[in-house]
Amino acid sequence: MKSVKKTRRKDFITYGIVVIAFIVMQALVMTGHISNSLKNQLIPICVYICMAVSLNLVVGVLGDLSLGHAGFMSVGAFTGIIVAMSLQNAIPSGALRLVLAIAAGALTAAVAGILVGVPVLRLRGDYLAIVTLAFGEIIKNIITNLYVGVDGNGIHFSFKDAMSMGMGLDGKAIINGPIGAVGVTKLSTFTAGFILIMVILFITLNLINSRTGRAIKAIRDNRIAAESVGINVTKYKLMAFVISAAMAGMAGALYGLNYSGLAAKKFDFNTSILVLVFVVLGGIGNIRGSIIAATVLTVLPEALRQFSDYRMLIYAIVLILVMIVTNNPLLRSVADRFIGSLTGLFRKKPASQTAEGGADNGK
Amino acid sequence: MANKVKLVPVPSQSVIPERDIDKSPILETHHLGIDFGGLVAVDDFNLTIGRTEIAGLIGPNGAGKTTIFNLLTNVYQPTRGTILLDGKATKGLKTSQVCKMGIARTFQNIRLFSEMTVMENILVGLHDEMDYNTLSSILRMPWFFRSEKIARERAIELLSIFNMEDMADDVAGSLPYGAQRRLEILRALATNPSLLLLDEPAAGMNPSETEELMENIRRIRDMFQIAVLLIEHDMNLVMGICEGICVVNYGKVIAKGDPDQIKNDPVVIEAYLGKKGAK
Repeated sequence: MKSVKKTRRKDFITYGIVVIAFIVMQALVMTGHISNSLKNQLIPICVYICMAVSLNLVVGVLGDLSLGHAGFMSVGAFTGIIVAMSLQNAIPSGALRLVLAIAAGALTAAVAGILVGVPVLRLRGDYLAIVTLAFGEIIKNIITNLYVGVDGNGIHFSFKDAMSMGMGLDGKAIINGPIGAVGVTKLSTFTAGFILIMVILFITLNLINSRTGRAIKAIRDNRIAAESVGINVTKYKLMAFVISAAMAGMAGALYGLNYSGLAAKKFDFNTSILVLVFVVLGGIGNIRGSIIAATVLTVLPEALRQFSDYRMLIYAIVLILVMIVTNNPLLRSVADRFIGSLTGLFRKKPASQTAEGGADNGK
Repeated sequence: MANKVKLVPVPSQSVIPERDIDKSPILETHHLGIDFGGLVAVDDFNLTIGRTEIAGLIGPNGAGKTTIFNLLTNVYQPTRGTILLDGKATKGLKTSQVCKMGIARTFQNIRLFSEMTVMENILVGLHDEMDYNTLSSILRMPWFFRSEKIARERAIELLSIFNMEDMADDVAGSLPYGAQRRLEILRALATNPSLLLLDEPAAGMNPSETEELMENIRRIRDMFQIAVLLIEHDMNLVMGICEGICVVNYGKVIAKGDPDQIKNDPVVIEAYLGKKGAK
């Protein structure tokens, strides 16, 4: 059927863009044609792409505004760090520890998603946004007061101070309250980031094009009608929210294991908003747009470093300009024509006709 | 699990040779009532609908007709009384569960999934006909494709009832008004109901469209052998296709009967036209 093929082709283009971008960047890294600052940005770019895609599942597909997405990222990051650090002696392979850390991050973030989702998803609109915002802050404050260490007997927790964990002499602190995680072994690699993006894209795109995804979109478009055709609204809202949280947890684990130290205050309201900006700028519900927006807006502040004090000002101006441009019908039709003729190159006969049709409309 | 795809084939177009008069009713309500605060919106509402009956629910504006629909689909929980669908009480169930039991509805103000395509709208209606779970859809298991394919074929069959196959890939919100109304009916039919509730299906339609709609409602009843309960202000439609009519005013049933009885009932004429009209 036509529509099935169309969505499948769209998905493959999205995968293709990511694969090509990865190969190009990898080639640049190999040949050394890449600035050091951009090289350091590669993993954060992967992380933010994953974050944007996962938030798009809640904001774009489910249609609920969540302002606490960094909270789930934080849960995933610190779980990942604890798992990777405590298994350091047991599992020598860094790659395997990274996989376990990401899986554990997904799991705990999913649990956090259920804990938050059950009471919170009864709310709608502004109220949901405010409560998720509060949730993000609560997570941040809990982890700021959390002490975790590991010794021969296992993992120790405390909310008071490092001493009250009661570790043995061989003990090693992993998370040190306000200072955060210290002495973390860096495990994340660009390749791992690329694979994680592909996994998250695979989950998200396959989910959207299934009965579950259609149920979620139906709730977004009309909750009452969705109920009237037998969709269990609570179930599918929670499912979207938890899957999104789990994916944010994965991204968080990758992020946490990219630095030697990490404090909980990194995952504050600003980070949640930043991810939301990626989603809005890339187009709500548009997965490919999220990927592009996350990449551009992560690179942009670094690229603007030469403007020193003015760089955040320029960043803001770029944001506003992009918003204006993407909402301008004339500029949009020009852009569509451009993209249409580009994609037309890859298609067979009937597609080139649509490209011409698009050009006629533009005249 | 994967093997028992339980899609129901579209029944033949043949009209039922003899309508079973002694069949047990599909819907019964007993002393149904709901209060909103101190306001008695519906009171002592008793209605019985046969298995393949087309029934009408009429009454002046604000009489409580849509409230009754909302009670039947458990959007509101009744204050008093019971609803029996095929002999089973629907008390305490969620709207989605009532739909699974066999009541599907359309809305007075069209409620489509307007950003989704026509095909997707029908597929949401066919949600329970597909039996793969979320994990197998993410992993794209073979039975995912099989189930999706069957559902899409079924959706096309449904769309063909109203000759809408060509619109399958259009966004539902961009359809013309009449097509949106038809799509809403098809979406309701996709849930495989035994009772279809239509809330003002002819609203905003011109006489020839209404004529076509009447034909379609009859056709749907004959094809699917289901009961239809419709709210309508267009008396040509109501008198033309309903076999039984229930008139409500101020939340109470004031008359019941076949179209001829209702047409000549002085209580009904008074409710619509006032005391003078009754003379």
